Amino acid sequence: MKDLKILGVVVFFTLVTYWGVEPYAHSVMHKHVEFEGFKYKDLKAPAKKGDPAKGKVAIAACVSCHGIKSQGIKAPMDAVSASAAYGVNPPDLSNAGAVLDEKFIANFIVSPTHAGLVKKSGMPAGMADAQGAADIAAYLKSIAPKEIKPKEAFEFACGRCHAVRYDKWTQIGQTPKTKADIKTGVDLKKMEFDKKVGQYKLNLAKYLGKLPPDLSIIVRARGEHYLKTFVENPQNLLHGTAMPRVGVSNEGYEKIYKYLEKVGDPSKPKREKVGPIVLLYFVGFAFLAYMWYKSQWKDLH
Amino acid sequence: MSDRRDFFGKALGAFAGLGALGALYAAKRTWDPLPSVKAAGFTTLDLSGLSENKLYVDKWRGKPILIIKVAKNSKPNEAPNGNNKNAYEDPRLISVGGHKYMIVIGLCTHLGCIPDYFSDKHKFICPCHGGQFNAAGEVLKAPPPSPLVIPPFKITGNKVVLGEEGPEYKKLKESGLVA
Amino acid sequence: MAHFDPNAKPFSHKWLDERLAVDTLQKVLSTEYWIPKNINFLWAMGMILAATFGILLLSGIFLLMYYIPDTKLAFDSVNHTIMGEVGYGWLWRHMHGVAASVVFLIIYIHMLTGIYYGSYKRGRELIWISGMLLFVSFSAEAFSGYMLPWGQMSYWAGMVITNLFSLGSLNLNGLVEWIRGDYVPGQAFLGRFFMLHVLLMPLIIMALIVLHFGTLRIPHVNNQDGEEIDFEEEAKKWKAGNRKESKVIPFNPVFLSKDVFVMSIYFIIYFYLVFYHFEFAMDPVNFDPADPLKTPPHIYPEWYFLWSYEILRPFSKNAGLIAFGFAQVIFFFLPFLDRSANVAPANRRGLFKYWFWILVVDMIVLTIMGKVPPMGIYTTIGTVAAWTFILLWAVLPFITKMEKPVRGSK
Repeated sequence: MKDLKILGVVVFFTLVTYWGVEPYAHSVMHKHVEFEGFKYKDLKAPAKKGDPAKGKVAIAACVSCHGIKSQGIKAPMDAVSASAAYGVNPPDLSNAGAVLDEKFIANFIVSPTHAGLVKKSGMPAGMADAQGAADIAAYLKSIAPKEIKPKEAFEFACGRCHAVRYDKWTQIGQTPKTKADIKTGVDLKKMEFDKKVGQYKLNLAKYLGKLPPDLSIIVRARGEHYLKTFVENPQNLLHGTAMPRVGVSNEGYEKIYKYLEKVGDPSKPKREKVGPIVLLYFVGFAFLAYMWYKSQWKDLH
Repeated sequence: MSDRRDFFGKALGAFAGLGALGALYAAKRTWDPLPSVKAAGFTTLDLSGLSENKLYVDKWRGKPILIIKVAKNSKPNEAPNGNNKNAYEDPRLISVGGHKYMIVIGLCTHLGCIPDYFSDKHKFICPCHGGQFNAAGEVLKAPPPSPLVIPPFKITGNKVVLGEEGPEYKKLKESGLVA
Repeated sequence: MAHFDPNAKPFSHKWLDERLAVDTLQKVLSTEYWIPKNINFLWAMGMILAATFGILLLSGIFLLMYYIPDTKLAFDSVNHTIMGEVGYGWLWRHMHGVAASVVFLIIYIHMLTGIYYGSYKRGRELIWISGMLLFVSFSAEAFSGYMLPWGQMSYWAGMVITNLFSLGSLNLNGLVEWIRGDYVPGQAFLGRFFMLHVLLMPLIIMALIVLHFGTLRIPHVNNQDGEEIDFEEEAKKWKAGNRKESKVIPFNPVFLSKDVFVMSIYFIIYFYLVFYHFEFAMDPVNFDPADPLKTPPHIYPEWYFLWSYEILRPFSKNAGLIAFGFAQVIFFFLPFLDRSANVAPANRRGLFKYWFWILVVDMIVLTIMGKVPPMGIYTTIGTVAAWTFILLWAVLPFITKMEKPVRGSK
């Protein structure tokens, strides 16, 4: 009994300390931002529903910069030259409808800076009026594949500014497999690729003011809630950042997060598998230890 | 009473041993080669444009790979044990695009040194203990107990991928000729 | 002259005993190492500490196989190779990180138990001092280990803590550079802290653990009432079979059985933290790679350093350093600042009872204030708590001098 009373005192002070340095201190240090479900309430929905057929015609204005691989339209420039021209490589639009919110796309086409909540954008404003933009958005939605891979969602929404070195992803694509010359150790192909990535990064940093961080273990560095609310509205948590609101839909974000978690926290499934086994083992251990203790101490008092 | 005391002590000891085994398993897995090391275990050799009777060197899983496009006449100049057969006739050579190649791991089967090739003599001599091999990797002179080892390979056109087992490799393996 | 029986079978009990004195060893170290019976579960903290140190050592061995002490590679060797590629590498790292944090909780409980029951007096002064040396060594071990992943917190903690050695207005920048081997924490810094963490500090800790056990031998372990026990007399009773009457129990198996039970409860909690609740010990900020051109918005030490860090914060640079230095060493002097002869639980010791609980609460307040940003009300609370800490130690000799003898104590 006395042991339990003492345990109560120890646990109480331990928990107070824990509460103070973890939940309480972090609530003071970090601004709490409520998650709104990628609804983009500040943006207006277009008056009339978009018409994909009209959008298919209007998309002609887009393909002078963007490719749409799934429709057989190639990007007019390679990534590095595009970054030199626009600051960042314009995305291929094949998966746009699968990752982005339709209302957001319509607003973004009218004014990228307004929808993206940034001061400047490589994409010019007014590429279409409100209705034309809604049509293009509807068209992009109509050509989007039903199911895309988590990594494809990431590539489209994040992968042209952020590298993921633990997955060998660079801003201009996957690092190719190359082989060094056996006698000299020189790997020219790798050097050429690195030079391209380097040039792209310089262009990107010039455009954004700094190089966006590598996202390899961002899930461990920021946590689920921060990432979600940050992607929803970067300005809320990092005022003045050059990162635009990307306008992902709920499903699009889930895909992106799935990819980031797989790369950044690869041990999660293993933890979930091994954890219960280890805990169960120690519960069994504690039971046997208790029986031993009781048998040893039984006749001591 | 004292039996009961002993029983739980022993049971606990046994249970702790079980836990130690689990920890040992995890430790064993930690000691295993990394997935990235295993994934890098493939090397592609391009055999087009090699000259006859010249030694080419590449690397596979960190080990040197010796390649010779064997000439029609590859008799070792002197044969220590009377074995002066033409290496070109050796069943261990690998035929790619109408030519015969020796592709072996370049580590002497005695103690792992790299034998030197003397193209004028059509044979290898190991610098460490004087073992000799012909241009097909067969032993001419001890101490090496067995021929130079043929790595798992797969032929695709004019190229050979090391690390994969193709039908030609499997055939050699079945005949007991790879090592 | 030693006697060796030529007929003893190799490796038989007799054979071993003649060569190694295994019987004597077993008696001295385990079956006839006497512990008072009148104890509670807090007496198991020492073994729990030993076990946790074992966990740190073993998990550390596996981490060491893949860790690369190079400023360019360290971060990825930890966060990519160990966490993603090595079989069970994530487990070793989580176990290592969580144990490094939890070990300090147990150290603090162990220390406060010693203070509460007066286990630093009447022949036990060296136990206390060697224990404090262990505390300081563990602190150095924890700090040097924290540098190794080379994340943002590693780098900036390294920057700030090494800057303390400029000693305020003395401006010993040369000393700071000497410690770092560079103008800023860099390759030389990482290399030497790696060495400290994996070799020198563990060696010192292991030597001190032996010393700590050694200092325990003659005065013996204290008990719940601070009672002076004649261990030889009581041991005789036990050996005669009077388990009930004897005031002592042998370390093995009786004391050990309780120890192991308490330890098993501890392991359940510990592994729960390892698998499901590790963020408190593995700060997210340190999952950002070190950036010498950007300080994180909030920088704070690990929780176990917070109370002494907070004593530094409210004062001006020089006074803060003096206060910090005071906090680091003052616990060493406890056996001599406590002027009372009483060895008894604090609740029977008059004013000391209040002194003890105020100290506990004050250190917790300092700990929490050390983490929150130094602004507004927190600064005020922190300042008051820091002064309280200093005053507590200033009054200790006086209140203990006034203390009346407790019944049972001389």
